Amino acid sequence: MDFTYDDEQQALREAVRGLLATTYADHETRRRTVADEPGFDRALWGRLAEMGILGLPFSEDDGGVGAGPVEIGIVCQELGRVLAPEPFLASVVHAGGLVASLGLAEQRADLLGRLSAGEVVLAAADTSPGGRWASRADGVRASVSDGTWTLDGVADPVVGGESADVLVVTAALPDGGTGVFVVAADDVSRTGYAAADLTRAASVTFDGSAATPLGEAGRDAGPSIATISDLTRIMGANQALGVMQSQVRATTDYLKSRKQFGVTLNAFQALTFRAADMYVELELAHSMVDWATMTIAGGDRDVVADAADRVGLQIARSGRHIGQEAIQLHGGIGMTAEYAVGVGTAHLEVLDQWLGNGPHHLRRLAERVTDHDLVEAI
Amino acid sequence: MQLELSQTDREFRDRMRETFTTKVPQEIRDTVLEGRHLTRDQIVESQQALNAEGLAVPHWPVEWGGQDWTDLQRHLWHEEMQRAGVPIPLAFNASMIGPVIAQFGSEEQKERFLAKTANLDIWWSQGFSEPDAGSDLASLRTTAVRDGDDWVVNGQKTWTTLGQHGDWIFTLVRTDTEVKKQAGISMLLIDMTDPGVEVRPIELIDGGYEVNEVWFSDVRVPGDLLVGEPGGGWTIAKFLLGNERVGVAPVGATKRALATLKTTAADQLDDPLVRARIAELENDLLALELTALRVVAHSSDGEPHPASSVLKLRGTVLQQAVSELALDLAGPASLASRAEDDSPQEGWARRTAPTYLNLRKASIYGGSNEIQRQIISRTILGL
Repeated sequence: MDFTYDDEQQALREAVRGLLATTYADHETRRRTVADEPGFDRALWGRLAEMGILGLPFSEDDGGVGAGPVEIGIVCQELGRVLAPEPFLASVVHAGGLVASLGLAEQRADLLGRLSAGEVVLAAADTSPGGRWASRADGVRASVSDGTWTLDGVADPVVGGESADVLVVTAALPDGGTGVFVVAADDVSRTGYAAADLTRAASVTFDGSAATPLGEAGRDAGPSIATISDLTRIMGANQALGVMQSQVRATTDYLKSRKQFGVTLNAFQALTFRAADMYVELELAHSMVDWATMTIAGGDRDVVADAADRVGLQIARSGRHIGQEAIQLHGGIGMTAEYAVGVGTAHLEVLDQWLGNGPHHLRRLAERVTDHDLVEAI
Repeated sequence: MQLELSQTDREFRDRMRETFTTKVPQEIRDTVLEGRHLTRDQIVESQQALNAEGLAVPHWPVEWGGQDWTDLQRHLWHEEMQRAGVPIPLAFNASMIGPVIAQFGSEEQKERFLAKTANLDIWWSQGFSEPDAGSDLASLRTTAVRDGDDWVVNGQKTWTTLGQHGDWIFTLVRTDTEVKKQAGISMLLIDMTDPGVEVRPIELIDGGYEVNEVWFSDVRVPGDLLVGEPGGGWTIAKFLLGNERVGVAPVGATKRALATLKTTAADQLDDPLVRARIAELENDLLALELTALRVVAHSSDGEPHPASSVLKLRGTVLQQAVSELALDLAGPASLASRAEDDSPQEGWARRTAPTYLNLRKASIYGGSNEIQRQIISRTILGL
């Protein structure tokens, strides 16, 4: 049992951190980037591709690097630290994960190869308007006629969907079950918008859109969809951990520098104790994120599903606590769009509501509470 | 990063599990698992059973009965013990004065006390806190004045846990009133049967008598019972209180208590609110346990992990939260806590109110949770 990074993982962290620092050295750059099309920095995306980051999760046969979950988690944490709007989680982890899990060899080689090279951006369309984290599609329906598949319906929110080149869409199959389809972005109509953290999403309408089944046509992909959602939830928790680390650091720095009543704010125990409680939440979240990430390597999808719920609940609780306290302890400056702390709080919420919030995970854990005596950590 | 235990550690854990469930009497383990009180004899019997297996004081130096385990192995030992309902070796002996004597004591003191301390032939009490020296321990006022080779001790200690069972008491006393307050403190070992030592029980809100006042009136203590150097008591106290990275939070016992509720209050598990409270607590305990594992797995290089300070704070909060859930599940039956033994109410439910009240202590003793927050904000966050 080991909770530390090896030298290569440490080097990966340094490399990603270094690259991101060149682009997002300050929050102002991020503000400008999200305000312009496509809502992230294409040059940075290209450099991530050059570094092999966009192909990390995929096998070498599929054009990727074949790295493990710990490495992917490291990238997510670093993106979270600077609130990077690049759609790594949506495009590589989520949409790419669906392709890797379900696609035929030639589909994987094509889509994942181009994704890894930074030539296409994918987005997963798996949520219907008003929908809530279901692995069964109900907003988009698939039809087949003479062997040709088409899709109809609406998916929203599609994170990263505004500028994606290819959509990976979950749709209800004619004979029941849920299939996953590849759709060219040219074949849909979409309306982009900014989420609360100013990252971009879209409402996507399919109207007889030509679709290619991912993998075997007409087969229910529900279990694979659920597993990829669980993996994405765990990687989203890594990203949230990076956000929270930055928020705790920013808050302690602020308490040491901001003066009121002639003294720095760390003279007030009411404030330093609250910072201590933020640190407690951060460390608990850190432990749970490392653990959940390590469970993936075992390859048991039930274990991963349980870990996703557990880390999802932890991140929801810690994220609310740290996100709210970071703003409160900063005071008015924490409310402003020009300061990273409050935007980080928005980003934490977007991650949770997108990937699975506290009540969602708690409900699932509560359903299983009589399935075991003790929760085994190792 | 790797989750699985090594083959060696898995075998170690299995060996612990086997030993704890076969070498410690079932009656004692049931008493612990059901949250009932242990007698002095049961505590002694259990620790002697562990000691016979070499499992009472594994963290001591090897020459005095220690085991030279890794921190992870000590963690597994500690968790498996709680899981099996084996009473943790008496902290005053195994975690406090034993390591202190081994580190600071004279050869004579080591020979005289360590083996008996490990085997609980001597029951040690702790004489640190005073009525005006709680979290601010250094302001203690019990004095020891030199008279020939002896020290003459006068003053009052309080919150002495299980002092009614004590044979000896290790005390912090003021041996020099002229210097800075920390520098005037020494550690004295005092035989509680000495003339002038008086133990007075304090009734707590749960109706129990687990803490005491201990009064010293002109108690003569031979000079060879001072540990280390005169004035060295504060250093020893810091060593003693900061000695532990393993077992800071009672994770195993709290997990066990929560799991037991799923059986004892099984008829309430249809209630989604009850299920949600259990699920939330199980998750909180998992995060705590994983943090404890991060701390022990990291500390092999000798540097304490900063997250260790989280464990006491969060561990006590969760221990208390499980007792709150138990009380809520017991409901009206909890009123019968002081009813006669033939009460028609179930035993577990009757114990919930005293347990809930008793565990309020957990966030106060051993450095209150406010002290823990101070440590985190100052030492870790630099505030």
